Amino acid sequence: MTLEKLIFYVLAAVVLLSATMVVTRRNPVHSALFLILTFVACSGIWLLAEAEFLAIVLVLVYVGAVMVLFVFVLMMLDIDIAVLRAGFIKLLPLGIVLAIAMAAELILIVGPGNFGLEQYAVPARHAADYSNTEELGSVLYTVYMYPFEIAAVILLVAIIAAIGLTMRKRPGAKYLDPAGQVAVKSGDRIRVVSMDAEKG
Amino acid sequence: MIALSDYLILGAILFAISIAGIFINRKNVIVLLMCVELMLLAVNINFVAFSHFLGDNAGQVFVFFILTVAAAEAAIGLAILVVLFRSKQSINVEDMDALKG
Repeated sequence: MTLEKLIFYVLAAVVLLSATMVVTRRNPVHSALFLILTFVACSGIWLLAEAEFLAIVLVLVYVGAVMVLFVFVLMMLDIDIAVLRAGFIKLLPLGIVLAIAMAAELILIVGPGNFGLEQYAVPARHAADYSNTEELGSVLYTVYMYPFEIAAVILLVAIIAAIGLTMRKRPGAKYLDPAGQVAVKSGDRIRVVSMDAEKG
Repeated sequence: MIALSDYLILGAILFAISIAGIFINRKNVIVLLMCVELMLLAVNINFVAFSHFLGDNAGQVFVFFILTVAAAEAAIGLAILVVLFRSKQSINVEDMDALKG
């Protein structure tokens, strides 16, 4: 067994075990932390598959932003875990049977018989000065320019939707009205009074 | 040497685990969202593996877009969750029956 294969199996075992922990833990905060472990181990697997840019993006965007958001929301909500776990034991056998059936079916399709080393030979490693980021950037900003812009618009929509959903008017809070501030006339602020000069 | 099927089997098992997670955690919306993230990760593993073995970086570009959409989905999903918790004081799926669906 080569070192590369050993690393792959260790990382794959970490991914699968922590994914199992994500779905079985009682406390959602533990689930979120195990999900972070899943993402980090998966980014190692992507490094083995020579997707260096995406491996870093997975850690930066997923672990750094999305999972922090998850943990933030979990901490803000006061969740009654006992009620949420009520059907857990009852549904556990069904879930396990379904997962095993589904995994077996998928493995029959994607197993070594159809996608093994005979069908898809391992590609040659890139040279040490090869830049995956440069390669992705050169197609992302040319061939995929239009989808890239659409992705930007989707992110903008997500920002607006998230702010629009969660923003609320609190009755006691004091706000400034920017439109009113911009539309103000000089006459609203100063009053020119004509008066006779006083005699000394 | 790591075969393509090794990556694909890893993705398949990860997808099956997240399906099971959706079944057994069906009351807890926040764990359901995490299971959806796991599913997207399983799909992304397949894309990256095929991109590596076919020598075509279109697969990696696709993963990039999936990550973008997944981030947007998580942000909006969690925003809906926060609004829901504010109005119902619960994130139990069974309490979300206002539409009588």
